[in-house]
Amino acid sequence: MSKRDNIQYTLDWTTVVYYLLLVVMGWISIYGASYELDYEGSMLSFDQRAGKQFVWIITALALGGVVLLLDHRIFNYFAYVFYGVAIVLLIVTIFVAPDIKGSRSWIVIGPVSFQPAELAKMATALALAKFMSQYNYRIKAWKDMLPLAIIIFIPFVLILLQKETGSALVFMAFLLMFYREGMKGIVLLLGALAIVLFIVVIRFSIETIGNEQGSWGVVGAIAIIQLIQIIVPFSSHPHKKESLIFLGLSVLVIVASVIINKWYPVDYNYVAIGTSLVTAIYWAFTGILRRYPKLIAVAFISIGSLVFIYASDMIFNHVLEPHHQIRIKVLLNMEDDPTGAGYNVNQSKIAIGSGGLWGKGFLNGTQTKLKYVPEQDTDFIFCTVGEEHGFWGSALVLIIYWLLLMRIMKIGERQKESFHRVYAYSVASILFFHLMINVGMVLGIMPVIGIPLPFFSYGGSSLWGFTLLLFILLRLDASRLERSR
Amino acid sequence: MINDRLENRRWVISALITVVVLVYIFRLFNLQIIETRYKQGAESNAFLRKTIFPPRGLIYDRNSKLLVYNKPAYDVALIMREIHDLDTLDFCKALNISKEFFDNRMLEIKDRKKNLGYSSYTPQVFMTQLNIEDVAAFQENLYKFPGFYIQNRTLREYTYPHGAHILGSIGEVSRRKLESDPYYKQGDYAGRDGVEFTYESALRGVKGVEILLRDSKGRIQGRYRDGEADEAPKAGTDLYLTLDIELQKIGEQLMNGKIGSAVAIEPSTGEILAMVSNPAFDPSLLVGRQRSANYAALVKDPTKPLMNRATQAQYSPGSTFKPIQALVLQQMGGIKEHTLYSCNGPASSPIKCSHSHGSPVGILNAIEQSCNPYFWSAFRAAIEKEGYGEKNLKFKSHYQEWVDAIKSFGIGRKFEDSDVFEQSSGNVPSQKYYNRYYGETGWRAMTIRSLSIGQGEVLVTPLQLANSMAAIANKGYYITPHLNANDTMQLRKHETLVDSAYFPIVIEGMWRVFEFGTGRRYKLPDISMCGKTGTVENNRGKDHSLFVGFAPRENPKIAIAVVVENAGFGATWAAPIASMMLEQYLKGKIERVELFNQIATSTTNPDVKTR
Ligand SMILES: [Zn+2]
Repeated sequence: MSKRDNIQYTLDWTTVVYYLLLVVMGWISIYGASYELDYEGSMLSFDQRAGKQFVWIITALALGGVVLLLDHRIFNYFAYVFYGVAIVLLIVTIFVAPDIKGSRSWIVIGPVSFQPAELAKMATALALAKFMSQYNYRIKAWKDMLPLAIIIFIPFVLILLQKETGSALVFMAFLLMFYREGMKGIVLLLGALAIVLFIVVIRFSIETIGNEQGSWGVVGAIAIIQLIQIIVPFSSHPHKKESLIFLGLSVLVIVASVIINKWYPVDYNYVAIGTSLVTAIYWAFTGILRRYPKLIAVAFISIGSLVFIYASDMIFNHVLEPHHQIRIKVLLNMEDDPTGAGYNVNQSKIAIGSGGLWGKGFLNGTQTKLKYVPEQDTDFIFCTVGEEHGFWGSALVLIIYWLLLMRIMKIGERQKESFHRVYAYSVASILFFHLMINVGMVLGIMPVIGIPLPFFSYGGSSLWGFTLLLFILLRLDASRLERSR
Repeated sequence: MINDRLENRRWVISALITVVVLVYIFRLFNLQIIETRYKQGAESNAFLRKTIFPPRGLIYDRNSKLLVYNKPAYDVALIMREIHDLDTLDFCKALNISKEFFDNRMLEIKDRKKNLGYSSYTPQVFMTQLNIEDVAAFQENLYKFPGFYIQNRTLREYTYPHGAHILGSIGEVSRRKLESDPYYKQGDYAGRDGVEFTYESALRGVKGVEILLRDSKGRIQGRYRDGEADEAPKAGTDLYLTLDIELQKIGEQLMNGKIGSAVAIEPSTGEILAMVSNPAFDPSLLVGRQRSANYAALVKDPTKPLMNRATQAQYSPGSTFKPIQALVLQQMGGIKEHTLYSCNGPASSPIKCSHSHGSPVGILNAIEQSCNPYFWSAFRAAIEKEGYGEKNLKFKSHYQEWVDAIKSFGIGRKFEDSDVFEQSSGNVPSQKYYNRYYGETGWRAMTIRSLSIGQGEVLVTPLQLANSMAAIANKGYYITPHLNANDTMQLRKHETLVDSAYFPIVIEGMWRVFEFGTGRRYKLPDISMCGKTGTVENNRGKDHSLFVGFAPRENPKIAIAVVVENAGFGATWAAPIASMMLEQYLKGKIERVELFNQIATSTTNPDVKTR
């Protein structure tokens, strides 16, 4: 065996070090989080969560080792098989899983229980990689994305049916990988615009202008659209003058409606919609007459956004159920509810905030020891780090995640085979999505969506799932130096 | 960006990830380093500062007899969150309460308007101040009622059913006290009146604190740093009173069925030996669960048993004012060594004499016979001694001289340097008062003649009256009357404005009252006693019966003042009560048992609840 064939020399040890760091820090945090004040046991006591996690870590490492010993081609050859098995498991789960806290996502076999959803992420990543690495496949038009959408959509819906909204949303992460593979950037931008508009509309919908003459939410969101309608044409040479005219007109409309309002009450919502609509129609005609697709796109997006704003307002106030409304309102700081929907996040902020610069010290956290933070060794595990190890500890954890993500992308870029690259970006996207949602939730800037922090949160199922996800990548990467047999 | 080479998109994605991580690190920085409120949040979450109440100081009388002590009491508390499967009927039976009471109480606890600090996670008091008998059955069955707890506290217990007005009571601190004194927390107990109030800070001791760790369900998980940060409580200081509880008891028994008061003071020390106010009540009525019901009943009682008449009621002193008057008028020159004034008995003008006796009279007879015309003449002579002068200024200056001298006996103002709770000031009318009432020059000796015989605007409290007797017994000074035996008050010696040379003749006159005058029936054969009766007209029914005095004449041990409202002659009621209290104090027992029983069982006011 040459060095090239020996996994010891081809393995990306940097990634393994990051992985081990995170797993061990997670293990310590779980010990801290589940530590009982009057409990004298050690981190290895198997009747405790930390002891159990130790078992999961050892088995996960064994699993990773097995993956590294497999032939890397297995993953490509059997990608669809894995995907098919995962889908079947997901379907079976819906029917056989017991109800655990309202979710039916766990398969229980004797003492072991695991979540097929964790496997589904890996399987879907492999299936997407296989599909996208076909000869001649490029994301060029919308129709190229249709099969990808289907591959994602099936597990997404099945997991939704298991009432695991958080895990289902993880499949949105693949959009980032699609972008790397050629999906138009505008799709991501539009997504971002939609989120911004939704937040503005909802956040300020309760703040009415004057005597119920419109809401700041609607007017503010339309103002954003109007700005886009002015800035985008302004940035392309031939329409500078007209853009400035529209800017002037918009200001004039604002001044005029405020003055008219002195004698005759004005509905500002309609004024804003009217102004924006007139601008959009003008750009649409100009674009068609002068054959300028960019203007047509702007007009399109504007009109679409107006519809979206109307729909957001409608959906939030008339379609969403009150407890969903409250969750969103708490998130947007519109409602202060430290005992209800905001309780968990409030306690988690207290836990982290009370850590200070250096933290209270290992096992000294009162918030976590005394169970103020819910799900403190699973979804809210980051609290323990924040409380016991302070700013430096929690920032360090974030930096290790950042290094790991950068490393995975670097690995992705150095692959010769697009199957490997697509898979690498899938792994990065999934881990990034988990990190962003989980830590964002704990810090109170993301909605409360229960998904684990990769490698950190307690639980065999998620640790195995993420280990598998990462070690398959390491196995694929290791193969790039092997001689083809 | 859209038409970039795809490899470069790696940097867009990197930038996105980096921005998110930076935003999160910035957020962490903000939460953990800039904001401070989260630290406090964690502490108020986790630390249960459990107050440890020190035992309150005990109260003893002057002979070290225990008057007030502590007995354990129990509160029933609950944590709403932890209550489950409650058999309400069984519960009510165990605590001996009705279902309605239970339902109402639960509603009250949950009502955030009434119970501001309500939380379903923290202990809430369900019932307070139960006796061991009340909770015994409940304690045995406690395991059946998860969520309910028994908390210890202490209650005051009294050895004697006497002295309620002096001892005072403790109760939940008022909102005002809470705001003004940071020591107290909502629900704490503090002295509300009497010496419990005056000596609150000594009796209460210092609260300790135990810091416990509490989990999110409100369950106690242990002690914070093994009790390192705890503070031990300091026990309250015991209080020794000047009171003689046996004398107090005899006084209260003698006053039974009557409205009024009796105050006894040791002249040489200013120590209050007894301070009886009737109607009285058993101090243990204002303790424990029945406190509010009993308190409400006492408030409603038309005879006002809660009022301490010894310090708060104000009376015209009438003839009991004459000994002081005789002293002050000697000092002012209205009475000289051999001064005689004429008396026409009931025909006298402008003030009648209520007795028939020889005329003219001298000072000794005037006191013994309580001759009104004598004192009027002497009073007039004293304040008119230089005539009226320009704008009556000379007259007024001598009137002021009289006022100051009377006040120097502790009359007409509160004893500000005393530890006696809630005094009324009494009244010696000022020039200003008469100027306002009659005009600057509109009043003369004739106008204020009632003052000469202790009527009119002059008002005294029984405590002031007893103290004035102490000043006479001391021949010219008194020590602020007080209740704390450990405070000698020697620095609070107040000299009267009357020269000590003028005292013996007045004392002689008061001795004659017991030898030959209105007090002779109640003289103790082997003790030389001095006194003066008073029968004071008032606008509410029969005359008040008053007596003042001290004994023995040489080296006095006790000065006394007794007031029995609407009872009639001073000699009939107040004199025997005073006499028997002197007997009790000087001899340690009552020998005139028949007289004692007769007085103790007599009622002068049918509204007064007899005890
Ligand atoms: Zn006479």
